[in-house]
Amino acid sequence: MLLIPCPWCGPRDEVEFAYGGEAHIARPADPDALDDAAWAEYLFMRANPKGTMRERWMHAAGCRRWFNLLRNTATHRIVAAYKIAEPPPADTE
Amino acid sequence: MTQFSLLTLAREAWTGHRRWPVLWRDPHPKPAYSVVIIGGGGHGLATAYYLAKEHGIADVAVLERGWIGGGNTGRNTTIVRSNYLWDESAAIYEHSLKLWEGLSRELNFNVMLSQRGVLNLAHDTGDVREGRRRVEANRLNGIDAEWLEPAELSRFCPILDVSPAARYPVLGATLQRRGGTARHDAVAWGYARAADRRGVDIVQNCEVTGFFIEGGRVRGVETSRGRIAADKVAIVAAGHNSVLCRMAGVRLPLQSHPLQALVSEPVKPILDCVVMSNAVHVYVSQSDRGELVMGAGIDAFASYAQRGSFHIIERELAACLELFPIFGRLRMMRSWGGIVDISPDASPIIGPLPVEGLFLNGGWGTGGFKATPGSGHVFAHTIARGAPHPLAAPFALERFRSGALIDEHGAAAVAH
Repeated sequence: MLLIPCPWCGPRDEVEFAYGGEAHIARPADPDALDDAAWAEYLFMRANPKGTMRERWMHAAGCRRWFNLLRNTATHRIVAAYKIAEPPPADTE
Repeated sequence: MTQFSLLTLAREAWTGHRRWPVLWRDPHPKPAYSVVIIGGGGHGLATAYYLAKEHGIADVAVLERGWIGGGNTGRNTTIVRSNYLWDESAAIYEHSLKLWEGLSRELNFNVMLSQRGVLNLAHDTGDVREGRRRVEANRLNGIDAEWLEPAELSRFCPILDVSPAARYPVLGATLQRRGGTARHDAVAWGYARAADRRGVDIVQNCEVTGFFIEGGRVRGVETSRGRIAADKVAIVAAGHNSVLCRMAGVRLPLQSHPLQALVSEPVKPILDCVVMSNAVHVYVSQSDRGELVMGAGIDAFASYAQRGSFHIIERELAACLELFPIFGRLRMMRSWGGIVDISPDASPIIGPLPVEGLFLNGGWGTGGFKATPGSGHVFAHTIARGAPHPLAAPFALERFRSGALIDEHGAAAVAH
């Protein structure tokens, strides 16, 4: 069970949150210019790292806002939470 | 190598079971092999076995980071069935089920296949339509499938609560009588023993730490036990497929998640079939030891930690009690997690990777156990010929570029 530090509401139980997968996947600026391989890369290919991961969460049973989390997928240790528009903090592990 | 039989059993019993031979050797890895398989789970061992048996390629090493069958092969809920909706899935899972049906004899090892019947319950009209549709789709694909109304269901599984007063009333169920359970460890051990007997080296405690790639062609792997050259390398590492492929510079459409399961204290025989429910989301069967074996969905977040959160199993048990009020006083004994690699369409990825000589068999997600024999069989063909087996062809990595997805999310009779 994770204790997730929502940047707006503070630390809350994992059951209050919805998961949004890998963060910082930018929507293509010019979709018409993409070929099939580039679409596949954008839609499907994921880093799936073992270690620190930047991921999206939504505080569904709280402020209902999206934010990003820096979390270790091998240990579940949460390194930092940061707001959507903010750059990811450095990995302090 | 001892051939197991009633006679051997009697002889070993007579000598106090002290002389049973080891089932497979513990070889030091050779400097080079024709084929190196990364991952000593059921799928990897089955691949090695069929490479040796069907394609005459016995110069094979199976490299396992821990011990064979210690990953998802030893962590699943042992359910075997083939009642998938789409033609491509039905074909490969039915191929697998047919191999299961002859597997104990083929391997001279009792995999304890018990075709006790698998129920998939429907709790609303949407479920009923989906279930009836899947029954018809299965029949068109030559797979046994039946639709049971609540009264028939009650006769088939009397302890199931089918009363209209239930919070989520059961409106019917699909039944695959040839589905059931098998002994998960025995599958790994049986394939390991049979592959070893044909000359395959099973190397445990050997972690792959890198690939040697020259001119776009794989030449071998770096391991914790030294460098091993290979003409072909096959990755069959379930939750760690992405980690390995990244070492080879290949990105995959996979996300690794924990999938939890748990068992109750052992009780006398009470449940003689497998019951799965998509809507309240639990699947239950009773093991030969008497424990109820249960599973449900994945934890939502990405993880490699082989453990998940408590609220997932709490929900799972609530679903179980909804279906079986009789289990209300059972105590749960153990719970655990495995790391499953989920693909975007909940279907596996089988075939060559962009690096020449490098192959992947992964993305089986939450449903790989039932596919073990078929997966190994078609993958061995794919590696040996360098071209996909007809049943594996639709499952190529290329489908994420072409868009020909095989969307078994929800269609596969259980949510993921």
